[in-house]
Amino acid sequence: MLAPLWQPTASIDAIQARAAMYAQVRAFFFQGQVLEVETPLLCSTTAMDPYLDSFSLSCGRFLQTSPEFPMKRLLASGSGPIYQISKAFRQNEESSRHNPEFTLLEWYQPGYSLLQLQEELLALLFLLAAESTAVSWGSDSVTCRTYAEMFQSIVGLCPHTCTDDALAKVAKQATGFDGELARDSWLDLLMSHVVEPKMPSGLLVLTDFPVGQAALAEIASDERGHDVAKRLELYIDGVEVANGYQELTDGAEQKRRFQADNDQRLVNGVAQLPIPEHLVSALHAGMPATSGIAVGLDRLLMKLMGKQQLSDVICFPWGRA
Amino acid sequence: MAKYSTNDFRSGLKVMLEGEPCAITENELVKPGKGQAFNRVKLRNLRTGRTWERTFKSGESIEGADVMEVDLQYLYTDGEFWHFMDLNTFDQQEADEAAVGESAKWLKEEDMCTVTLWNGSPLAVAVANFVSLEITETDPGLKGDTANGGSKPAYLSTGAMVRVPLFLSIGEVIKIDTRTGEYVSRA
Repeated sequence: MLAPLWQPTASIDAIQARAAMYAQVRAFFFQGQVLEVETPLLCSTTAMDPYLDSFSLSCGRFLQTSPEFPMKRLLASGSGPIYQISKAFRQNEESSRHNPEFTLLEWYQPGYSLLQLQEELLALLFLLAAESTAVSWGSDSVTCRTYAEMFQSIVGLCPHTCTDDALAKVAKQATGFDGELARDSWLDLLMSHVVEPKMPSGLLVLTDFPVGQAALAEIASDERGHDVAKRLELYIDGVEVANGYQELTDGAEQKRRFQADNDQRLVNGVAQLPIPEHLVSALHAGMPATSGIAVGLDRLLMKLMGKQQLSDVICFPWGRA
Repeated sequence: MAKYSTNDFRSGLKVMLEGEPCAITENELVKPGKGQAFNRVKLRNLRTGRTWERTFKSGESIEGADVMEVDLQYLYTDGEFWHFMDLNTFDQQEADEAAVGESAKWLKEEDMCTVTLWNGSPLAVAVANFVSLEITETDPGLKGDTANGGSKPAYLSTGAMVRVPLFLSIGEVIKIDTRTGEYVSRA
């Protein structure tokens, strides 16, 4: 029997564990001299990614899908390292592992490489896991792979060089999906349906993403000479928990990507969005080379507590909010 | 019929897929943080009972199926069709062998059934989980042999055969679990 709808779905234990996790996160960053900041959630612009759907309010403002843009404006103003525990909102994302309103931990370290940021992320996770009875994460529970290594070992194709047709053929066979998709969506389909279920348990760090999935990351050459996005994703037991970038600092390139996002939105038949000019201006003014990452705290707490669904750790999920 | 977007998908929704009426049994949103979202869906083909797995791009729409379930009373069979009646409206429906399927073995006159109608015609007939039927043919009962667990075939008034304990005889009414086709108890 389901509890009556007025009641929380998370246990008191989970509500206390969340408070304890936040306290540990704040202590971790206080010790590391990373400044806690607060930025607006209702802004005049929003994320442009073609597959993110922001809540758009009648007043013309958008609930933020992450606090990334205003935090980068702080970085460009000389804030130094900053972090934030923030609510984020994404329309139409509801499942056992998605809630349209969720909590992100996002932080930025000027001068850090992506690898340094990865080490800091793992240090934080090990610290949190030390308090958990459900998991015991240490350096021996971490697997590091490039996106291409992981993808090729399971799908048998190189995601950087194989043809669109080859991707489509394998994806249709493996998933029963029948339709037309852009190259990066074929990759997404294969990653989510074929690769993720076969990911190792424990912590998996994937790096060097296909360039089409660069979003707000820098692009560089890998050791085989393929252009790759300097991006990292953390998966826990095959569930995506964190997404980090060697942040793009070139204002002109950022604006070009925003315009490309709007072009793709037109193709997808979804609303085009105003260009986030404040962010572009901040990059033009100069943002230091920075690595940044967003961690889904609800999913992390779910994993730390050995739970299977977000409603076990969110007191009032979407259906009860 | 209305079209349903993947955002409307939920367990129990009736939709048309490849020309077949189906009921969604599971719907899972699969979405990489920044990437294309998909709905991984399990559907039961209401005609064959088979389960299909399909993946849709989130936001896609598919056509709804005009399917409803009604409780009807079973009247009789003429050999080709099985006839049912709505006890409120006295409307009658006839279902063919494909719609009645395995349920034919358990249909007793005047029993209530759940009939799935597609575009107003019977698509599937579900009998109650437990039915009571009379034994019409079996070997003679062995008095006193109630404990050692032996069984024998028995034919029922509907023509179905079930295995029953040795002590039962012709004329007795027994309870059957129609999901497994197994004897449960004396009725």
